[in-house]
Amino acid sequence: MMAFYFSRLVEIFPFFLKGLWMTSKIAFISLVSCTLIGFILGIFRSSNNVILRRIVGVYVAFVRGTPFVVQIFIIFFILPEWGIQLDAFPAALLAMAIMGSAFICEIVAGGINSIPRGQWEAAASSGLTLVQQLRLIIVPQAMKVILPPLVGQYVLLIKDTSVVSVIGVMELTRVGWVTVVRIPEGLMVFSLVGALYFVISYPLILLSNYMEQKMAV
Amino acid sequence: MLADFNFRIIFEYLPLFLTGLKSTFFISIVSLSLALVTGIIACACRISGIKPFKYPAIAYIELIRSTPLLVQIYFLYFGLPTLGLRIPEIQTGILALMLNSGAYIAEIIRAGINSVDHGQIEAGTSSGLNYFQRMRFIILPQALGVTIPPLLGQAIVLVKDSALLSLISVMELTRCGQTMTSERFMPSEAFFTVAFFYMCIYFCLKALADWSQRKLIFTEAC
Repeated sequence: MMAFYFSRLVEIFPFFLKGLWMTSKIAFISLVSCTLIGFILGIFRSSNNVILRRIVGVYVAFVRGTPFVVQIFIIFFILPEWGIQLDAFPAALLAMAIMGSAFICEIVAGGINSIPRGQWEAAASSGLTLVQQLRLIIVPQAMKVILPPLVGQYVLLIKDTSVVSVIGVMELTRVGWVTVVRIPEGLMVFSLVGALYFVISYPLILLSNYMEQKMAV
Repeated sequence: MLADFNFRIIFEYLPLFLTGLKSTFFISIVSLSLALVTGIIACACRISGIKPFKYPAIAYIELIRSTPLLVQIYFLYFGLPTLGLRIPEIQTGILALMLNSGAYIAEIIRAGINSVDHGQIEAGTSSGLNYFQRMRFIILPQALGVTIPPLLGQAIVLVKDSALLSLISVMELTRCGQTMTSERFMPSEAFFTVAFFYMCIYFCLKALADWSQRKLIFTEAC
């Protein structure tokens, strides 16, 4: 029986590759958007403007304080009540962007806050504008603190894409869930799913470990 | 929009939410304690340097860390029955959370132990302490303070992760929201209430984590 199911599994393997492609697509788009939004919010969060800092703080607290599944349900079930209809795929991307940017925001803010005050003052007294100060002086130095946890966060975000399967996006976990109904070998099916996730996330884990060693002074 | 937010229905369903909250508490506390034990054992195996212990521990930690929790939950949920093990969903869920958090806790403890300065170990050795005495009197007391804040962070993650158990129909907080949505079709009331309860837990644990960070971590004034 095992061998029979195994051959069935080999037969539908392309289906899994399709799921892997979907997972990579969601992961890639959301990582890029999370990083962009996260950096902007992180700069707001570490700014001197109290109101801006508070607003971003509330956003971050709301996102970090609730489980990702609940956020997905809120986006997928509640936005339609307010007249915004979203398909599963854009809803998944929106949820990922909201969740990921809040986590990246905290990492970026931590990095920027780790730069001594004197650097800002020196940059300001060299006549640089605020944007120039950030771009030329502060962010390049903060990158050293930001990068290792950022790559670690990427791994977590890639793994969190599995949760969007609950609203029916046909990604890797969903493919496994659909398959296990037809091929009742849970261990086999989900080992395969796990192995495919391993292929994407393990290189990033190694990269994050390497960076941690290299950047630690 | 929020103008027709129906508070009455929330009060009507409050007993359901409270049982869900209780269940979430129960699941989190049980799996956190079990995960602590798993983490300590896995970390001890990993740093022991004895190969038959070390490599399985590394494999366990890396496998858990590189696959999503949801896949691990489904793996156990659909996989255990094929092995002839039929256990209730809640136990499957606790097992999954325990294995998942155990791997992260093992890494947290290892980082804590590694954070102790090497000179301390040398000083211990030259005072004539053996390996276990060094661990007991020099390394672990210093590592403990460093590990508590990230352990509380892991507790926050664990509480949020327990929401995934709703997908294998464990009756916890998120599942209560789903139940209410399917009975009354009022998703905003249901899920904002659920989110509110999670936020309460989050703020309590976060305050505790920040407090321990201030108390226990020695930061150099620069």
